[in-house]
Amino acid sequence: MMMLDYLVQGLSWFCLISGGLFCIVGGIGLLRMPDLYTRLHASSVIESLGAGLILLGLMLQSGLSLITLKLLVIVALLFIASPTATHAIARVAMLRGLKPVLHDKDAS
Amino acid sequence: MMLAATLALMVTLVLVMVRLVLGPTVFDRLQAGSTIGTVAMLLLAVLSFLNGRPEFLDLAIVYGLLNIIGTIAVLKFFKHGDLSDPGMPSPPER
Repeated sequence: MMMLDYLVQGLSWFCLISGGLFCIVGGIGLLRMPDLYTRLHASSVIESLGAGLILLGLMLQSGLSLITLKLLVIVALLFIASPTATHAIARVAMLRGLKPVLHDKDAS
Repeated sequence: MMLAATLALMVTLVLVMVRLVLGPTVFDRLQAGSTIGTVAMLLLAVLSFLNGRPEFLDLAIVYGLLNIIGTIAVLKFFKHGDLSDPGMPSPPER
């Protein structure tokens, strides 16, 4: 039983740390990407992988209770709502005539 | 470990906020605002565990709902220039 506790705690810590790292990576991508459409990719790293891993780590911490259910509701909300928002932003930007960058400015 | 996740989320918040200030078009700012909402949700969830107060999770859920509604509303405003626009043209009568 002790062994299983240690395993769950270690897995939870791993999920939290790697989720935080993915969030930072997404933030750096959001700063450094050249274009709106590529920045959407970077922010979806935060919204899917970072958020999913952090919330999974919290779920492992909380055991089986009402808190886990609330975390599951947050996961479902994020995984439905944030791709919808991203899709809507890309679509409206395209309709308003924002062109994606198709070539590297420094290379040519 | 919760503290490390909190610090990582705060660093992410600063990076995204720089993009919110810099963003050349309105869509960049909107995207950064939506991402800030997501990161704030995560921060609320982690802080609830850090402080031992699980009521903050309800606040995180409400924050996420308001975030998606606000993003879609501002997008609709910038698409049509009017929030009461019906959006699609009505289908032709036959």
